[in-house]
Amino acid sequence: MANHNHTDNEKKSLLGWVDARFPLTKMMKEQVTEYYAPKNFNFWYFFGSLALLVLVIQIVSGIFLTMNYKPDGNLNAYHLPAAFTAVEYIMRDVSGGWIIRYMHSTGASMFFVVVYLHMFRGLVYGSYKKPRELVWVFGSLIFLALMAEAFMGYLLPWGQMSFWGAQVIINLFGAIPVIGPDLSTWIRGDFNVSDVTLNRFFALHVIAVPLVLIGLIVAHLIALHEVGSNNPDGVEIHDNEDENGIPLDGIPFHPYYTVKDVLGVVVFLIVFCAIMFFAPEGGGYFLEAPNFDGANPLKTPAHIAPVWYFTPFYAVLRAIPSFFGTQVWGVLGMGAAVVLIALLPWLDKSPVKSIRYRGPIFKTMLVLFIISFIGLGILGALPATDVRTIFARVFSIIYFAFFLAMPFYTKMDKDRAVPARVTMGTTKQKVMFFVYVAITLIGSYLFAITI
Amino acid sequence: MKKTLRNWFAALLLAAPMSMAVAAGGGHYPKVDIDLGDEVGLQRGAQIFTNYCLSCHSASSMRFNRLQDIGLTEDQIKNNMMFTTDKVGDVMLAAMDPADAAKWFGAAPPDLTLIARSRGADYLYAYLRGFYEDPTRPTGWNNTVFDKVGMPHPLWEQQGVKAVELDAKGQPVWEPNEHGVSEPKLYWKTTGLHSRRLPNGNVIEKEYDDYVKDLVAYLVYMGEPAQMQRKQIGYIVMIFLFAVMLPLAYFLKKEYWKDIH
Repeated sequence: MANHNHTDNEKKSLLGWVDARFPLTKMMKEQVTEYYAPKNFNFWYFFGSLALLVLVIQIVSGIFLTMNYKPDGNLNAYHLPAAFTAVEYIMRDVSGGWIIRYMHSTGASMFFVVVYLHMFRGLVYGSYKKPRELVWVFGSLIFLALMAEAFMGYLLPWGQMSFWGAQVIINLFGAIPVIGPDLSTWIRGDFNVSDVTLNRFFALHVIAVPLVLIGLIVAHLIALHEVGSNNPDGVEIHDNEDENGIPLDGIPFHPYYTVKDVLGVVVFLIVFCAIMFFAPEGGGYFLEAPNFDGANPLKTPAHIAPVWYFTPFYAVLRAIPSFFGTQVWGVLGMGAAVVLIALLPWLDKSPVKSIRYRGPIFKTMLVLFIISFIGLGILGALPATDVRTIFARVFSIIYFAFFLAMPFYTKMDKDRAVPARVTMGTTKQKVMFFVYVAITLIGSYLFAITI
Repeated sequence: MKKTLRNWFAALLLAAPMSMAVAAGGGHYPKVDIDLGDEVGLQRGAQIFTNYCLSCHSASSMRFNRLQDIGLTEDQIKNNMMFTTDKVGDVMLAAMDPADAAKWFGAAPPDLTLIARSRGADYLYAYLRGFYEDPTRPTGWNNTVFDKVGMPHPLWEQQGVKAVELDAKGQPVWEPNEHGVSEPKLYWKTTGLHSRRLPNGNVIEKEYDDYVKDLVAYLVYMGEPAQMQRKQIGYIVMIFLFAVMLPLAYFLKKEYWKDIH
């Protein structure tokens, strides 16, 4: 009987032929058309699919860049590093080269914009909590891999900031006791950042780290689809199912969220293209002015700052003073600032997921944390002064307190009752969203110009 | 309700240029307005660049025939701008050997292809107007925005010569300006082709300023020759996204979601 059906399908269609050999329709159903997502996703839920979009943009533009780029740190006949002029060759002599290059450079910054917002979403709606701990851990590893990817990619244009930024960051490893100096030499492959370093960073940037990244993203998605998506109410939709086992508050991912994400994609592309076509330098933060000078190992720039997406962690590094005769504490602090994010599922002891039903202590801590994170980001981009160092220290303490004190204050907090079913967003919530965004932007701006 | 939203939106829009002003910061040089739409100005700038700057500096990522972007023909480029090569597809190389230059000036003159992107137009405008005669320097020249500069004034015939006053020991006189910043005390020694002395003794150098502005505009263009095209394509893309994709995506979503409450 089964055999008969099998031949029937084969005759009927190509899809039937494939399905008899590969679970195509089955996978489509399980992962897309019959994957039920909560119906109350809001603005914050666009950033997962947008991160995937940016990944594709980066991979495609990156492939075309490698076709014309040369990872060569030696000087050419005109006394400029060959890698540096290769980028200008792409910008000028390769057809459509400038658009590919700006796509990639804008994409790098937008990747972090999207990923930071995606992580923030997880934080406010408790998406890291049981049963989604592994989704969060994989996500944290993706963030780590992304930082490595961006750091190595930033060396490739081989400008002054590429060179000196890499120099500073690799030297950090030198602060590790005993093995430090040898470790940084091993990373560079030389006693100084050189052609050797550029070549290995190129290899790592174009193949090694992207492979890891894609693997982790697949794991992230598999884990997510195993446990199902969280939502702004932090209610498990599978707790309320109809007689067929379909969640009452769930809707099939396709077509509902595919069409919704298309809208998100279009809005995102408007922002992306506005930057790419009209402000690709991002005001000197996406492409830094000193990086339009070729790398010169003999000339240290006046002010070395990392690209904007590393500045919060760089500020933590600078804020921690050296004591016991070693600077390793700053390096450890910076590492801890990244690692602590991954431990959130076990630090948060509250039974409530969403910020909507959390008590006042968590809300206060979250606001302080956001202020600290943005504050550190602004401070990390600026040259250090006494006042700025004091601010950076206070913000660093708050940053760590948010995580380390979490097991205590989340237990003490007076959480509110969580509804049984999901709720749809109200007008008041939508207005408050714009209010919060405006306060954040204006506050950040005022802090940046006064500090 | 709608009004509240609109007000917040307006506040955000107002905040946007503020943040850009902050981002662009760092420049304490007077702002110079560069008009890349002024093709004739760019052509003049290209001529100044190839006739003066290219003697010592290269622009090794810029090809001569790229100047067709700014409305020049190959013949015009060949006859007026090329002195070191006769191939119009060649990159712009200095007439001077970099090794000689390093010997004569202490450092090889930097490649100028991207100078406007690394230093900014405002700096270049101030720098090219900032040269003055200073007998204590090996080349006899110094600069108000780059003290102890190795480069002599390439355009002194155009600007004329400003010189620093010397004290009894032959040392330059520096005085605080109105902001309290110490500056060399300058006087006009001679006027040039693009500056003139008024009967009251003051010197007008507006003409030289415009001359330098053309050169700086050219340097900005050369930093990214595709930038005009970039914006043109950008407008088309934005119109497409706003007029076609956005309504399409919006109404598609609305249609699919009309039964979800």
